[in-house]
Amino acid sequence: MISANLSAVFYLISGILFILALRGLSSPDTSRQGNYFGIAGMIIAIVVSFLSVGNFSTSLIYVIIFLMIGGAIGAFIAFKIPMTAMPELVAGFHSLVGLAAVFVAIAAYLNPEAFNLGNIGDIKLASLIEMSIGAAVGAITFSGSIIAFLKLRGIMSGFPVTFSGQHFLNLILGIAIFVLIFYLCKTQSDNIFWTLIAISFLVGVLLIIPIGGADMPVVISMLNSYSGWAAAATGFMLGNDLLIVTGALVGSSGAILSYIMCKAMNRNFVSVILGGFGGSQGPQMKVEGEQIAIEADGVATILNEADSVVIIPGYGMAVAQAQQSVSELVRKLRAQGKNVRFAIHPVAGRLPGHMNVLLAEARVPYDIVMEMDEINDDFPETDVAIVIGSNDIVNPAAQDDPNSPIAGMPVLECWKAKHVFVSKRGQGTGYSGIENPLFFKENTRMFYGDAKESLNKLLALIN
Amino acid sequence: MEIDPFIFRLSIFILSIFIGYYVVWSVTPSLHTPLMSVTNAISSVIIVGAIIAALAGSSENVFSISSTFGFIAIILAAVNIFGGFLVTQRMLQMYKKKKGKK
Repeated sequence: MISANLSAVFYLISGILFILALRGLSSPDTSRQGNYFGIAGMIIAIVVSFLSVGNFSTSLIYVIIFLMIGGAIGAFIAFKIPMTAMPELVAGFHSLVGLAAVFVAIAAYLNPEAFNLGNIGDIKLASLIEMSIGAAVGAITFSGSIIAFLKLRGIMSGFPVTFSGQHFLNLILGIAIFVLIFYLCKTQSDNIFWTLIAISFLVGVLLIIPIGGADMPVVISMLNSYSGWAAAATGFMLGNDLLIVTGALVGSSGAILSYIMCKAMNRNFVSVILGGFGGSQGPQMKVEGEQIAIEADGVATILNEADSVVIIPGYGMAVAQAQQSVSELVRKLRAQGKNVRFAIHPVAGRLPGHMNVLLAEARVPYDIVMEMDEINDDFPETDVAIVIGSNDIVNPAAQDDPNSPIAGMPVLECWKAKHVFVSKRGQGTGYSGIENPLFFKENTRMFYGDAKESLNKLLALIN
Repeated sequence: MEIDPFIFRLSIFILSIFIGYYVVWSVTPSLHTPLMSVTNAISSVIIVGAIIAALAGSSENVFSISSTFGFIAIILAAVNIFGGFLVTQRMLQMYKKKKGKK
């Protein structure tokens, strides 16, 4: 058994290593080293927690066995998961952190002596508050992430589920959580503790069902943030500084990501959380003209002559699993000496950075993958812009039509390129149901069909 | 008068939020997905609480109700720790500049 002071010093080292792990992500070159710092921090934390409890009875063997079982499952998932399934994997992982926080809180409630929090029925007030906050936030994170997971996996429809009185119900349940915590502190009654957890699970479900598929980047970031706050609350309960530091880091990380995602959609956080779509204040502008289709040979002719090409991928590319074909196209075009780049909108896909990961997996060098701000001014000098499976993020109505539901959202101004090709399944308006005037522009040609099949046809024609 | 330990923890908490704020803003947007998976892995450091709970059982009664919750929490957190770090590693391996080739 090591002293509390010594373990606090080791936890401090772990905390610093975790900060360095996040710091490493400021550039792809330092990121791998950062991840090793994170792993080292975790190993120190686990070893120190064994040593500080200092109980080496039979329990320890079971702890190691269970650790290995969980580790094996985690490693198996990590190696098997396809990159296109990252959004649901991240949501699934968040749910586990949430549930673990709930279980730690329950364990502490049932056996407060082990955690030095007082006795059964006589738990210290501060600890009880921290415990209930940890349990409530953990439970909301768990059930909310499960719903996000089901939506992303396609088991549950991605459309917002709304009913009248929804916000009122959420408000009542939110107040109920505080009231229950208050009475739990007064009475320390088991029933109140279990009711608190049950209601928190319910709140998690109700919070996420009204949020639609395209808003998922915000939701996942928000749940990421919640899992951090749950860990921090647990840290307060245990008096463990490492958990407090880590929880705060993760909590603020998730909050920043939510903010970035909201800003990229020009929506405020509250309206995303309340669900449905942003309010449209009047009739949308009528779109004039017609969509002109083009075949692979037409695209190939223009591409072969072009000097600069910008590709704008979206969630449709992930759905069609077209990233390999896109990468192959880029390789061929670059071999011809053309300047080919990618333009990534912050909310393209279902997860922050989703497109970057898919392109990296398809072996697209990351230095030609540009962020929106880096490339948006270059479209007027671009010969060809190719839109693959994205829609709202290239919608000029965001700038031209003040009545559009997405008015004011920053978009990629691909219509300023000489030619625009849009690879799209069919003529529909897509997920959000918002008409896209880009498809009707004079310099736009619609390249209908499954993205992967269309690109493979095109590939054969690029010399 | 002595300062309540809670105030110390609160100070640590708030300062850490600030550190998180500045560190995370410096993360390049192309690595936002690995950022999520790695924050996920490190938040599973909640496993230290689960270990305390699990080790609280006596030798005669390893699986009391309380320690059983601890054991389950260990499995959940371990899935996350291994899964989170390994999938991050797998992603980061892909972010390499092509060498030699243009």
